[in-house]
Amino acid sequence: MSSKLVGLKNWIDDRFPMTKMWNEHLAEYYAPKNFNFLYFFGSLALVILIMQIVTGIFLTMYYNPTAEGAFRSVEFIMREVPFGDVIRNMHAVGASFFFIIVYLHMFRGMIYGSYKKPRELIWIFGMFIYLALMAEAFMGYLLPWGQMSYWGAKVIINLFGAIPGIGTEIAEWIRGDFVVSGVTLNRFFALHVIALPIVLLMLVVAHILALHEVGSNNPDGVEIKKKKDENGKPLDGIPFHPYYTVKDIFGIGVFMIIFMFVVFYWPEGGGYFMEANNFIPANPLLTPEHIAPLWYFTPPYAILRAVPNQGLGVFLMFASILIFFFLPWLDRSPVKSIRYRGPLFKGAMLIFVISFFVLGYLGILAPTEGRTWAARIFGSLYFLFFLLMPFYTSIDKTKPVPERVTQ
Amino acid sequence: MKNLRNLTILLLLLPALSFSSGDSGHITSIDIDISDRSALQKGAKYYTNYCMSCHALSFSSYKKIQKDLRLTETQVLANLVMSYGDEKKLSDYMTTSLSAKQGKDLFGKVPPDLSTISRAKPEGVNWLYSYLTSFYVDANRPYGMNNLVFKDVGMPHVMLELQGYQIVDKTKDVNGQQVVISIKADPTRKGRLSTAEYKQAVKELVTFLAYVGEPTKESRHKLGVWVLLFLFIFTILAYMLKKEYWRDIH
Repeated sequence: MSSKLVGLKNWIDDRFPMTKMWNEHLAEYYAPKNFNFLYFFGSLALVILIMQIVTGIFLTMYYNPTAEGAFRSVEFIMREVPFGDVIRNMHAVGASFFFIIVYLHMFRGMIYGSYKKPRELIWIFGMFIYLALMAEAFMGYLLPWGQMSYWGAKVIINLFGAIPGIGTEIAEWIRGDFVVSGVTLNRFFALHVIALPIVLLMLVVAHILALHEVGSNNPDGVEIKKKKDENGKPLDGIPFHPYYTVKDIFGIGVFMIIFMFVVFYWPEGGGYFMEANNFIPANPLLTPEHIAPLWYFTPPYAILRAVPNQGLGVFLMFASILIFFFLPWLDRSPVKSIRYRGPLFKGAMLIFVISFFVLGYLGILAPTEGRTWAARIFGSLYFLFFLLMPFYTSIDKTKPVPERVTQ
Repeated sequence: MKNLRNLTILLLLLPALSFSSGDSGHITSIDIDISDRSALQKGAKYYTNYCMSCHALSFSSYKKIQKDLRLTETQVLANLVMSYGDEKKLSDYMTTSLSAKQGKDLFGKVPPDLSTISRAKPEGVNWLYSYLTSFYVDANRPYGMNNLVFKDVGMPHVMLELQGYQIVDKTKDVNGQQVVISIKADPTRKGRLSTAEYKQAVKELVTFLAYVGEPTKESRHKLGVWVLLFLFIFTILAYMLKKEYWRDIH
């Protein structure tokens, strides 16, 4: 039996690089042995992407992408389809968890300098994934066709109307109509279930290929490829499979416990994962009192609202996201990891994280004068983290980086 | 570091920003049990008797209610099915015979379908309970009634015969606005139920609406136990496997 299997393996390997790929990306891909807790989030992001695709396939079997039928079909899934409520909750809650994971994954990259040379392209591919994910989440949120779906989409699409000269045309082109309507719902459905998932998957492949080309960074920011043994294997590296596959399976288990607890017992997430207003069918004639995007969009949204001039506000909102692309070149520090950086970077990082949370919180609340000023202060700090980075990273006192990773 | 201190102070002040306007002052919190069949059955009866001539539950069929509430088909047909001459079957959705136009003419607004109403308010069922217990006499309103939780609501107090009339004491606040400071039953115009009985009835009605809002909740909660149990065992085994493999690294 086993000789037959070996024969099959050889037969395939003569025609397709199965074993070669397995070795390159798993069995002989050497990852640093000092990964910590924050290194779970890459594989978790992949797990949740697959989960979103699988649950999404089942949802499309019953979902009806029309203005007349969308809300009802979602409720049909929740009520009548066997396990429909579980699958729908997994998909809806999964969107929020995807962002929690991606934000932690980005934070990991930022504190350990994983975007720095030679990993600039990994970072850039990752940023494109983040952008595609935002588009995917935004379009997906229109599909239940509740009040927040409708009015949230309306507000965000109108932002494109602020682009000078061609804004109105662009907003109409996105909507396919003069207002958000069934036409918009149809095209968002097409983009949400076909176009963007394909883009996301291709970008994830590029992200991982780029990572496996240069090798993983680690919490010490030490290049493990610099110290190799007589066989050419990195001294501080261990094969991804089996060591990190078994470790990641454990991480997936812990994650799934938390995730499934929310899916089964707390799917609304206190109104942050599913908003109460979205259980009211979309009504173009009834504006909700307070329109806020879902929590993962609120930091840029708070920046948008803090600026009195709408055009400038839209520009700064997009800038607050796109500025991440430039991190590899803004950072002039000779060291990667926060472990060996000086107080300036550590302080700046802390202020940035605080600003991100505060902006996120402010973006959820209805604006008042005090809150708008708070958003202006923390929005400025947010941008200063990036804009001053070339200065504070080049004058910061760094500590000597060890030759080998520490345990 | 001085910056950090200032920042911390600012952050500590931040929650103050969230205390602002918002009229959730009249919301009473209640505990409901969506697995309480008796409450659900009574609630369903209140719903079909007092609400369903205007408010449909069109995402739910009578059949589903019959199964989930453990009623017999005869019980449902005799007590819950609303038919105005036209023949209704158990498999029908729980629609209303009031047309949108009639609703608009009578109340100024089409009475909404209440299938998802229990999930449509941030305060959830507490809002519904408070709303249904907060009607008071207001001669300025078309139906002579106003509501503390839903100001100038178009809906009349349909359960007036059960609750009786309520009256309020008002005072002027700092801005010169009329605000309600207390609400109590009018002793001269009592309803069929005592205050406690009425509250109980509303609670049962709200329990039913909570069930209708998410009829799969109870079964999902039961399934979740097994899913989590599996995941715990899986994760423990995964941890042991990881420990075994990593023995040669550490």
